[in-house]
Amino acid sequence: MTGGADLFPGPDRDEAERILGRYPQEHRQSAVLPLLDLAQRRHGGWLPAALVDAVGDYLGMPSMRVRELVTFYSMFHDRPVGRYLVQVCRTTPCWLRGSDEVLAAARQELGIAPGETTPDGDFTLIEVECLGACADAPVVQINDDFHERLDGGQMRAWIHAHRGPKEG
Amino acid sequence: MPKLSIDGTEVEVADGTTVLRACEQAGVEIPRFCFHERLSIAGNCRMCLVEQVGVPKPVASCAMPVTEGMQILTQSERVQAAREGVMEFLLVNHPLDCPICDQGGECDLQDQALYYGRVRSRFREAKRAVSDKDFGPLVKTVMTRCIHCTRCVRFMDEVAGVPELGTMGRGEDMEIVAALEGCLHSELAGNVVDLCPVGALTSKPYAFAARPWELSHTESVDVLDGAGSAIRIDARDGRVLRVLPRVNEDINEEWIGDRSRHAVDGLAVRRLDQPWLQQNGAFEPVTWDVALAAVATALQDAAPERTAALAGDLVGLEGMAALADLMRQRGVASVDCRLDGGAFGSGEPASWRFNATIAGIDRADAILLVGTNPRREAPVINARIRKRWRATGIPIARIGPATDLTYPVTELGAGPDALAELARGTHPFVAELGQARHPLIVVGSGALARADGAVILGLARQVAEAADAARDDWNGFSVLQRCAARAGGLELGVVPVEGGLDSRGMVSAASEGGLDFLYLLGADEIDPEAFRGTFTVYQGHHADRGARHADVLLPAAAYTEQEATYVNTEGRPQRARPAHPPPGDARPDWKIPVALAARMGIPLPYDSLAGLWRRIEAAHPHLAEIDQLPPPAPLTSFGDAGGELDGAPFAEVVPDYYRTCPISRASATMAACARAVADA
Repeated sequence: MTGGADLFPGPDRDEAERILGRYPQEHRQSAVLPLLDLAQRRHGGWLPAALVDAVGDYLGMPSMRVRELVTFYSMFHDRPVGRYLVQVCRTTPCWLRGSDEVLAAARQELGIAPGETTPDGDFTLIEVECLGACADAPVVQINDDFHERLDGGQMRAWIHAHRGPKEG
Repeated sequence: MPKLSIDGTEVEVADGTTVLRACEQAGVEIPRFCFHERLSIAGNCRMCLVEQVGVPKPVASCAMPVTEGMQILTQSERVQAAREGVMEFLLVNHPLDCPICDQGGECDLQDQALYYGRVRSRFREAKRAVSDKDFGPLVKTVMTRCIHCTRCVRFMDEVAGVPELGTMGRGEDMEIVAALEGCLHSELAGNVVDLCPVGALTSKPYAFAARPWELSHTESVDVLDGAGSAIRIDARDGRVLRVLPRVNEDINEEWIGDRSRHAVDGLAVRRLDQPWLQQNGAFEPVTWDVALAAVATALQDAAPERTAALAGDLVGLEGMAALADLMRQRGVASVDCRLDGGAFGSGEPASWRFNATIAGIDRADAILLVGTNPRREAPVINARIRKRWRATGIPIARIGPATDLTYPVTELGAGPDALAELARGTHPFVAELGQARHPLIVVGSGALARADGAVILGLARQVAEAADAARDDWNGFSVLQRCAARAGGLELGVVPVEGGLDSRGMVSAASEGGLDFLYLLGADEIDPEAFRGTFTVYQGHHADRGARHADVLLPAAAYTEQEATYVNTEGRPQRARPAHPPPGDARPDWKIPVALAARMGIPLPYDSLAGLWRRIEAAHPHLAEIDQLPPPAPLTSFGDAGGELDGAPFAEVVPDYYRTCPISRASATMAACARAVADA
């Protein structure tokens, strides 16, 4: 149960405590998903094994149980990801509305295959299953934002606009 | 008590029963992979689907609670079709490599595929393959065969309390992995092999050794710790190939420790299979006739007061009784079964028994562990304590070195001072024990073998009395014996009579040249150096420590080779049965002292096993009540509560779980386990 201060320093400590406060004391472990999310956001968008174990220690959970969660949910990443995480939905509605074209555009523009990160560390491209925004298919989630009703050209334009060191 | 109908038959079951259990009670078998009675419900294999009338989809019976008026169909066409569908999906990624799989012939998937599998596969795509994992020296993995029932994960998490297995990934990418490659840090890890319903986890030491239908099965009891777990010995061609647990709800439920299961390869090596006689500093093989003559002459020549006998940790009642009778006939007073010098009350059974009984742990509501590490001394008993803690979160405290017991323990201190405080009533844990309806005080056999063992015994008794733990309906004072022979020896009274030496006395007398003849009956857990100058006879099955400075070695049967009675830590006599005859010229333990007596012209009142049993029964009727608990024994005023405490911390009496006896020390598997634990 130690390590809270190292795991969530400064203001994150308060945030972690606030999240924990949403759950009964004897069910601290219920906070594992939001805390993993917080830890991932503070660590460049991915969760190294030591950080996963630290969250387990913080909640009094066996590290194995936390590692299971990290590998189960596609929102958690156990390997480094780029500054922009481009998640192209490929489930049926998006596919019918042209996700293949969007994905092809992203591949071509970034020069990487799904699952890879550009050498400059700016972009990671992955395919995901339904993002729950089928009404506006095809959908691409980039970091926390949905980009809806895209076509290949718009995908290219977005990548082009976010290339280079100018934006964070 | 809801009523439901199963295939048209009315059944009434207890509240909270699941449909699967209700079907079992009605005598209807439901196929399953993930469901296991002693693990939490996962509901992920879907093999147990049944039809509930009026419900559009088939229901998973393992997870569905019974409700009043439910109508369940288990034999309908829909059920058959649903199960066939589940089976087809399970087999999509299963390699179907039964001919080279060790699970073949005892595989749930193979059996159920017979009833629910299609004759031909419709799957034309590539099957997935999963890399194998290293789960240590006991568990072999072929992960492509895994159907993700997660029984192994739940077992390690819930029963073993060592959450080192988990599921990584999801869907088609899911895999079972270990936290650390190379070792599962549990004394119960071997049980995952029994739980695995397919061939993903099989026994590494038994790999490709035999097919199940080639083996003879012998129902017996384990003697490698003091719990007396029920086992089945599987043998072929005079060799034990594996040991599996049997269900015994009163003792081991359906688990056994890894030593009990996997030390048996040690039965085939370093064996004494013929008599040996030391001549001019070297052992010569001799006939039984020559060996017995040498022993008889030496015993005849030794004065009774300079003669002694020690019984070891793996010996059954029969061998001890025969040797004790022979010695008594010779007028020898120095006979002892307490190799480690345990300070048990003489003739006071409550001072050496686990009076609360192992099943009684399920009722305990506060536990005090005194100088014991049950995880190493009796893993199945530790699992029982853990089960109780998981169910109710009872307070558990320990006096002794702090180690991980797989449940939270309040540490009261490493030495016996805390025990003295508890006995005086000045320790805060007294209140917790006092409030408990069923307080349990577990005293380790190692704690009683200290020089101040009698004081510890007395203090622990006082703690139990003060907590009102010794009543007619509950006796919470419980000694945990860590070896199989001890309780039996004490019940038989294999202890020195008036003027005789105990094991410590024998060691000091021998090192001062005060002994002329010593008989070691499987006595290995004692330093043999002291006996260098004494004419020593070693009767046993392995050329282990006790044989080191012996003058005559008499080959005896091991527990898998003879019929013998063992009294477990509760005082419950149980019978071990032979899976095959002993090797070479080795003989059952009881026959050797009887043969010796006959040669010396000493009359013993029996010359058969049945006669010996009658003799034991006449003196100790409860020892003939096989499998039954002994009548309850009162807490008499044993121990020396007023004596001086040593103050030294309690030691870890089982420093290496995997090697505690001649059999496990001879076992290559146990050596590999010890190495894996040390390396990890």
